[in-house]
Amino acid sequence: MEKTLSDTYKDILINEVLNNPDKKFNDNTNNLLSALRRDTIDRPVIFVGKGSCGVIAGANGTYDAVKEYISARSINAELLEVGCGGFCAAEPVVEVQLPGRSRIAFQQVMADQVDHFLDQIFNNILDREKAVAQYRNQYHEPWEGIPFLDELPFFAHQKRIVLDQCGLINPERIEDYIAREGYQAFIKTIRNYTAEYLCSLVEESQLRGRGGGGFPAGKKWRSALKTASDKKYVICNADESDPGAFMDRSIMEGNPHRLIEGIAIAAYAIDASKAYIYTKAEYSLALYRLENAIQQAKEFGLLGEDIFESGFNLNIEIRKSAGAFVCGEETALISTIEGRRGMPSPKPPYPSEKGLFGKPTIVNNVETLANVPAIIHNGPQWFNRIGTETSKGTKLFSLTGKVKHTGLIEVEMGTSLQDIIDKIGGGIRNDKEVKAIHLGGPTGSTIPPQHFDTPVCFEALKKVNTLMGSGGMVILDEDSCMVDMAKFFMDFIRKESCGKCIPCREGTLRIHEILENITRRPEHESGHQTLERFKGVMQLEGLAEVIRDTSLCGLGKTAPSPVLSTMKWFRHEYEEHIFDRKCKAGVCKQLRSFYIDVDKCTGCMICAKKCPVNAIIGSEKKPHFIIDEKCIGCGICLDVCKFNAVYVK
Amino acid sequence: MDFEIEVNNRKITAHQGETILSALHRNGIQVPTLCHMENFTPTGACRMCMVEVEGKSDLIPACSHPVEEWMKLKTHSPRVVKARKTIVELLLANHPDDCLFCVRNNNCELQTLAAELNVRERRFPGKKEKHKIDPSSTSIFRDPEKCILCGRCVRVCEETIGVSTVDFIGRGHSTIIGPTFNKSLNLSNCINCGQCIRACPTGALHEKSHFPELQEALHNPDIQVVVQYSPSIPVTLAEEFGMKAGKDINGILNGILRKIGFDKIFDTAFAADLYTVELAAELQQRIDSDEQLPLFTSDCPGWVKYVEQFRQNLLPNISHCKSPQQMMGTLIKQHYAKEAGISPDKIYSVSLMPCTAKKFEAQREEMTHKGISEVDAVLTTRELAAFIKLNGIDVSDIETEFSDKPYGEKSSAGKIYGVSGGVTESVMRTLYYKNMGRELTPKKVKKARGSKGQREGSLKMKNLELHYAIINGMGHAKELLDEIEKGESKYHFIEVMACPGGCVNGGGQPIDSRKEDIKARGKELYKIDDQSSINRAHRNPHLDSLYENLLEAPRSEISSRLLHTTYKKRDVLP
Amino acid sequence: MDNPLDRILKQYPNTRRDNLLPLLQDIHDSLGYLSEESIIKVSQHLSLPSSKVYGVATFFDQFHFEPQAHFVIRICSGTSCHLSGSAEIMDEFKKTLNIRPGQTTRDGVFRLEEVPCLGACGLSPIVEVNGESHTGFSVQQIADLVEACKENVA
Repeated sequence: MEKTLSDTYKDILINEVLNNPDKKFNDNTNNLLSALRRDTIDRPVIFVGKGSCGVIAGANGTYDAVKEYISARSINAELLEVGCGGFCAAEPVVEVQLPGRSRIAFQQVMADQVDHFLDQIFNNILDREKAVAQYRNQYHEPWEGIPFLDELPFFAHQKRIVLDQCGLINPERIEDYIAREGYQAFIKTIRNYTAEYLCSLVEESQLRGRGGGGFPAGKKWRSALKTASDKKYVICNADESDPGAFMDRSIMEGNPHRLIEGIAIAAYAIDASKAYIYTKAEYSLALYRLENAIQQAKEFGLLGEDIFESGFNLNIEIRKSAGAFVCGEETALISTIEGRRGMPSPKPPYPSEKGLFGKPTIVNNVETLANVPAIIHNGPQWFNRIGTETSKGTKLFSLTGKVKHTGLIEVEMGTSLQDIIDKIGGGIRNDKEVKAIHLGGPTGSTIPPQHFDTPVCFEALKKVNTLMGSGGMVILDEDSCMVDMAKFFMDFIRKESCGKCIPCREGTLRIHEILENITRRPEHESGHQTLERFKGVMQLEGLAEVIRDTSLCGLGKTAPSPVLSTMKWFRHEYEEHIFDRKCKAGVCKQLRSFYIDVDKCTGCMICAKKCPVNAIIGSEKKPHFIIDEKCIGCGICLDVCKFNAVYVK
Repeated sequence: MDFEIEVNNRKITAHQGETILSALHRNGIQVPTLCHMENFTPTGACRMCMVEVEGKSDLIPACSHPVEEWMKLKTHSPRVVKARKTIVELLLANHPDDCLFCVRNNNCELQTLAAELNVRERRFPGKKEKHKIDPSSTSIFRDPEKCILCGRCVRVCEETIGVSTVDFIGRGHSTIIGPTFNKSLNLSNCINCGQCIRACPTGALHEKSHFPELQEALHNPDIQVVVQYSPSIPVTLAEEFGMKAGKDINGILNGILRKIGFDKIFDTAFAADLYTVELAAELQQRIDSDEQLPLFTSDCPGWVKYVEQFRQNLLPNISHCKSPQQMMGTLIKQHYAKEAGISPDKIYSVSLMPCTAKKFEAQREEMTHKGISEVDAVLTTRELAAFIKLNGIDVSDIETEFSDKPYGEKSSAGKIYGVSGGVTESVMRTLYYKNMGRELTPKKVKKARGSKGQREGSLKMKNLELHYAIINGMGHAKELLDEIEKGESKYHFIEVMACPGGCVNGGGQPIDSRKEDIKARGKELYKIDDQSSINRAHRNPHLDSLYENLLEAPRSEISSRLLHTTYKKRDVLP
Repeated sequence: MDNPLDRILKQYPNTRRDNLLPLLQDIHDSLGYLSEESIIKVSQHLSLPSSKVYGVATFFDQFHFEPQAHFVIRICSGTSCHLSGSAEIMDEFKKTLNIRPGQTTRDGVFRLEEVPCLGACGLSPIVEVNGESHTGFSVQQIADLVEACKENVA
């Protein structure tokens, strides 16, 4: 096992590092910090990326195999877990740092390959197929012929402020964080700043909420600070429920102390002595690391009573969400923490005036809070020089879909969508044509290629009728059907609507029903039913507008966005589905038409026998024929044909 | 502070801190609502009250948004009306199409809104949620398919009554409102007060009805149908026929009932006098022996069931007296039957009550004698009105008549049983007389009156200062009951009414009763008391002869046998 | 005090309402589901009407009200998995097991669940069986998987 934290070690960090305003360290301290940063090491260090994505890809097995390897051979090496660096497609990632040499990252190191892999590297032999990149470090000798991490296109076009230490440091050790100037911003704050001044710093930085709405964080804090109350609360909203989004999880797994520091500063800004982190129960690793980090912060006196003799008290409690998308909405989240059904309530009153248990409460997203230590550390001007006129800093996205390189990315505000796809994402897989970007998860909007020059910026995105969203970014290619996408998201929202307000509860149900009707093959439909179906389609837009105009909470107000945006940009696809009864992308199964290639068909009759509606005719040993009018599009003929004679158009 | 806001291009005055809706209503501008309830915090669920505010991109809910000085509103712009109409259409898309068969036909908020918003076509055809009806309760019938999830019943049950039998179950479009585990209502902890029915905008909740049996009995020549009515009925019924709230039509009611074919008409207020005398004697006895104090009233069946379920160690403190309805029922089947020479099983005993819990009370095991129930059918005020119409009675053309002897005469102290505090007042008048040998003057017991949720007062008699308290609406009971359970109470006597305001605001009263209506009914009862010459229970001459001929004395052996009852513990879900 | 339910309740001496969800979560983790008894005990412990406890519990996806199946098959229906054909996988599971998502087979062996996103979008589609993830899952693997599970139970 690793060296446990000795008390002297801890004392140095507390007394010499944290409690040292002018930051002039003696040699002893400098050596310790350097060792903790792994600038100087006396034995090999092996880092295994154990974020959730790594674990799902098999990192636990890899980790165990490495451990086994070291102990079986009594090798003096250090084995560390790190969070996700963001390059999900490469998992499980193993990084190795030999004394004096650069730290180097290897991709897809599976458990059964570990022995061979380590044999090689300990003998200074590089597996060049697995080696992805190396870290730049002035003290270390680089490996030849291996690119630096910041030279990889995936990383070169990113700007990492929030994620700068994710994947680099051991998230389970507070000393690694402190060695990289962690908690300095917090200590500086409680020593030197008034709450009032802190709020003005954050206002000056122009930091905006990263949960989607982009509300100025400093303004929110000030409102809570101004409201007089005996108790106030900070809630960190980490209930990341957009399918396909994992920004918050990666921060919590990769650098939990960063988040805790951000929360602590926010709590000081509004004079709160209690904070909650509300996150998904499924995020077991994030939960474990947060608990661990809170415990360590308490041991270091960074949480608890009279923190660093400032008189400021703070306790952080973790609450697990029990699974409801709507609880990402702040008033619903507050209800849930209070032990009620997670149904939103009307605003005003805003939580910053009347929130948790009726007290002033600020609810901030993980990414927002994780930005705060850097802002305090480097000053607000540093922050507002990054980004665009109205949107400062960076934005995290989980880049998924049909690009070559998927993963977690952080880009400077102002980066164009096109650059994200081409430069960071490496373009579309299999040389397909890109069709759209979907931003913001189930309640987000779709952007067509003609607007890919739009920069990542709250205002610019609004001009193309899109909200920034919390960071889900899905790239769609020509094989995606936009009607199906809209239907998929409406199905999600329909299930996740809390049911409180009528337009969202009943409206999303009807929109989904209408979309089902569009993508359904009209079997045995009477003229009247056809009319009813068309009538539904005609209502779609008007209905979506009413839901947007009248719903109670943000979820409801944005619920129709997928439909409204796809109808705006891809109207022709809707028309194709409705009038031609065709889905060009071939996604809407019931609208597929099946044909038999007369040259390939041997007349074996299997398809005719299996067809549930007797839509296939033809005699033995003669090519068969499918009657389109009878066909229900089930696709059984396609599955059973041994001669590949059935094809779809 | 007041300021002006602009609504539909005209200025109106608004108070700082009030909601848009309250400012609009005060200025006579109507905006529709479904989930809104006066004096409750707004939930903002139905989105019917949306208004357009200049400078805001979304529509704003008037019920929850405070007025602000700069506001310029449009309450009926095309955008707003379209939104409201769409919302109603969405509700209708998931609502059974059986208005003509619905108990709330012509009295349904959803139906009214659909008409007002000119909904004329079915724009959203689609699947409707399927749910089972729940006919299990003796009092309340539940039809979740008609529920629009406004949550009004949930809030009344929780905040007004303090029972919380029902809550939302599930999420999204499959949400329903029901008791724990979505079990049937008869297995739940429902106390049958019926306030949820009054809160429901549609026909999702209504009372269980016994029309066919009643009609059968009325037209059966072998059966004598005897009816009694509660003090609140004559001061409420007028409203159901478009007359002014609080109008006393006691004489007309007698005429109507005779016309329908009821053979004998008795006044429950007579039994209330009997109840007062018996209860006063019981209270005296407990004070003398200093046992099982405080004494709680037992005339409200919702309250009695509540104690049987949730406060079982207070059961000995509940008065043993049957409620006036059941006392009257006993007299009818035991005494009147004998006097009139009719076999009890040839009498059909009907009671007209402002209450749904009385339906439950009437079928309690303890309220039957040798398999014969004391009260066979209970009709609410609403059902009575419907029954009058069913029988083709023209209310405007009825002569006033008297009720029947021997139980038709009452003191006005029995009459005020219809208001919260009335029982206390009547008991105090009688107890004072029994103790002091002279009447309490003035007869008005001021501290027993009023609309506060909890009231208290005391009465000095010789060397005893009697402390009483009144719980007006069971939502206000918790603290006091906790105190009593801990043994920290100074009270001798406590009156509890489940419904705030008492029976005049009972769960069987007209659905659309407004606050002013309820107040008017209570006021009328007090006016009757002011004008009456017989205004103390012990002064009721017919009561005297009843004791002489049958009951001997209050709490005598025979009176205990006939008029007193027992309670049992009920194990229900917490 | 052998009853695990009582043991958990004892860990919550504070009976404020905001303990409701953590309490239900602990019980659910320990029993695998929320029994009627547990709902009643929780409501007594926190002095909350049982209708409120049940109302809160049924609001969230996490809670089940029947004993857990031997194998819980969770199919990720996140955007990325959807694009990689998770709907088809779900359909096939439905057909093979003859249950809908949220249901348990009559023999109590399988339960089918749809989950919003397991968070490994780069490796989609993902099927999780009792917490163990199968990445890049395909319809063809279903029959074998189901067979293997059945054998395991037998």
